Amino acid sequence: MSWQRFYAVFVARNREFIRDHAALAWNILFPVLIVAGFGFAFNGDAPNQFKVGVIGTDELRQATTSEPGFFSTRYIQFIPVTDTPEARRVALTKVERHQLDMLFELNNNHYWINRESGNGYILERVLNGSQSAPTSIYQRETVSGREIRYVDWLIPGVLGMNIMFSALFGVGYVIVRYRKNGVLKRLHATPLTAFEFLSAQVISRLWLIMAITIAVYVGADLFIGFTMHGSYATLLLVAVLGSISMISLGLAVAARIASEELAGGILNFVSWPMMFLSGVWFSLEGLHPAVQKLALTFPLTHVINAARSVMIDGASLWDIGPELITLSLMSLFFLALGSRYFRWQ
Amino acid sequence: MKDLITVNQLYKHYKGVTAVDGISMSISPGSCFGLLGPNGAGKTTTVEMLEGILTPNAGEILYRGQPLDASFRQHAGIMFQSTALQDFITVRESLQLFSELYPRTVPMEQLIADCSLEDYIDRDANKLSGGQRQRLLLAMALVNDPDMIFLDEPTTGLDPQARRNFWSLVQRIKQQGKTILLTTHYMEEAYVLCDQIAIMDHGKIIARGSPKALLADYFEDVVLQLPLSDFPQGTEGLPFKVTLHHEHEHENVEIISNDVDTTVSQLREQGISLKRLQIRQRTLEDLFLALTGKGLRT
Repeated sequence: MSWQRFYAVFVARNREFIRDHAALAWNILFPVLIVAGFGFAFNGDAPNQFKVGVIGTDELRQATTSEPGFFSTRYIQFIPVTDTPEARRVALTKVERHQLDMLFELNNNHYWINRESGNGYILERVLNGSQSAPTSIYQRETVSGREIRYVDWLIPGVLGMNIMFSALFGVGYVIVRYRKNGVLKRLHATPLTAFEFLSAQVISRLWLIMAITIAVYVGADLFIGFTMHGSYATLLLVAVLGSISMISLGLAVAARIASEELAGGILNFVSWPMMFLSGVWFSLEGLHPAVQKLALTFPLTHVINAARSVMIDGASLWDIGPELITLSLMSLFFLALGSRYFRWQ
Repeated sequence: MKDLITVNQLYKHYKGVTAVDGISMSISPGSCFGLLGPNGAGKTTTVEMLEGILTPNAGEILYRGQPLDASFRQHAGIMFQSTALQDFITVRESLQLFSELYPRTVPMEQLIADCSLEDYIDRDANKLSGGQRQRLLLAMALVNDPDMIFLDEPTTGLDPQARRNFWSLVQRIKQQGKTILLTTHYMEEAYVLCDQIAIMDHGKIIARGSPKALLADYFEDVVLQLPLSDFPQGTEGLPFKVTLHHEHEHENVEIISNDVDTTVSQLREQGISLKRLQIRQRTLEDLFLALTGKGLRT
């Protein structure tokens, strides 16, 4: 291992990335835009779970003030519908298409629900329950706790997703491009070893990912503000190990491929399931057990789980030990695979 | 003098194709060795085996009498037929990158001066003209002060002026005592630069020697050339054999002659004007045609 050769390739790769202003800007802007978009959309209270249309603006106002039952239920969004045949037709179509969960016509004491809508079924139960005086056999107990907004829950997922895309495409795709256009072949004609070249690619991409992730984290915290109850050092360790695991996965994918189209296809095949099944956008609870097990084979799942534990629950290094060990083992496996099958041309 | 590179019975096969079919040759120190042949003759495969990029299926390559190994890369300077450079890197930075990959290097300023890179040293390496780019690639091949330099079709695609500029750079390198292996499509290039040439076809070397010696060995005749339009009666029934030759949209008649005086007299007797007569020596292209029956660029 020659540190001089490693450093030369490391510096050249950094220059290439930093001077590609469009790619650099996109790498920073993409996660900020996603976080900002979701932050504004879901800021404050939890999003309304149900949507109920009410024909007649005056009737709706009257019902919410005079009838404390169903029409003052929280987490239901009541949407006024103008009392015209056209507006009524449009609203009914929305019920048919599950865009509205229920539609009321208070004047005639009518409501419509879609027989196949789960939300409609629940709203009907709520409506029936609110009209009678229930005598429950169950005793009510309450708990209290910090409110976790959707944006607090989303931030670790979006940061993890950005790390994933940057690692997979920033390393995997670039190496395939180098192989295809002959850069690798030219470097192979020098004393540079595969280990020196690959190490330089990993470290170069790692620090760039970390710099961008920290910048996005700080920027998002300034503009949106989100929960962080754990240690920054622990979170940094999660980000570093997560980045290494996904850069290694990128190396393994790019080990032999010489076609950018094929590499793009495989990288998409790897990244899209991770994006949807690693818990970036929604919790995996409630999904089919087989899907949950499949998700555990993705490094992104472990990155996001660990990051959420640190940021939301204030988890310690010990608490997220299993995730860190899993990420380390995955990194070793992918690195071994990538090094074993790497070819210069 | 002991050979710098010796090749014995080298073979390379690809799925059902024998790219290099048992070639042997040797390259003397300080010489320029030209490897000529049409596309698909096996030139690039041969050169890449000599560079250590490809592994032969059989045969032996010796550098200073020792089998080729990884350390050869310290002594070899390589200019591939097509090389991409990293994006967003200047000419100077490209040279710096390659300088740092070798333990022993030529001072940067000397390299820049030797390859005339001063005018665009801080320009993006991917925004150079064809000739500038080839000079940079040559500088990258020289960065480690190599004993052995491989130039694989270095002037393909260059305009005539850029090509001649490149030749003068190669001649300067030769004067420094470097050994060069050159592959080329251009016969004039081989004739000007090479001390020895080998002509390859179908993976085999079919002729070898100095350009002048090869031409002298194979040809004692010259070629007389006239435009076809100077033969108003056509070329049938002439007392000598003629071939038609297309060049730059003109059709010429070529007559191969061992006795120019007799042939010229015969042309006069046929009433053919000699105003546009050209007489040329046989070329390496003629040699290749004579040996293989096809042109070098086919």
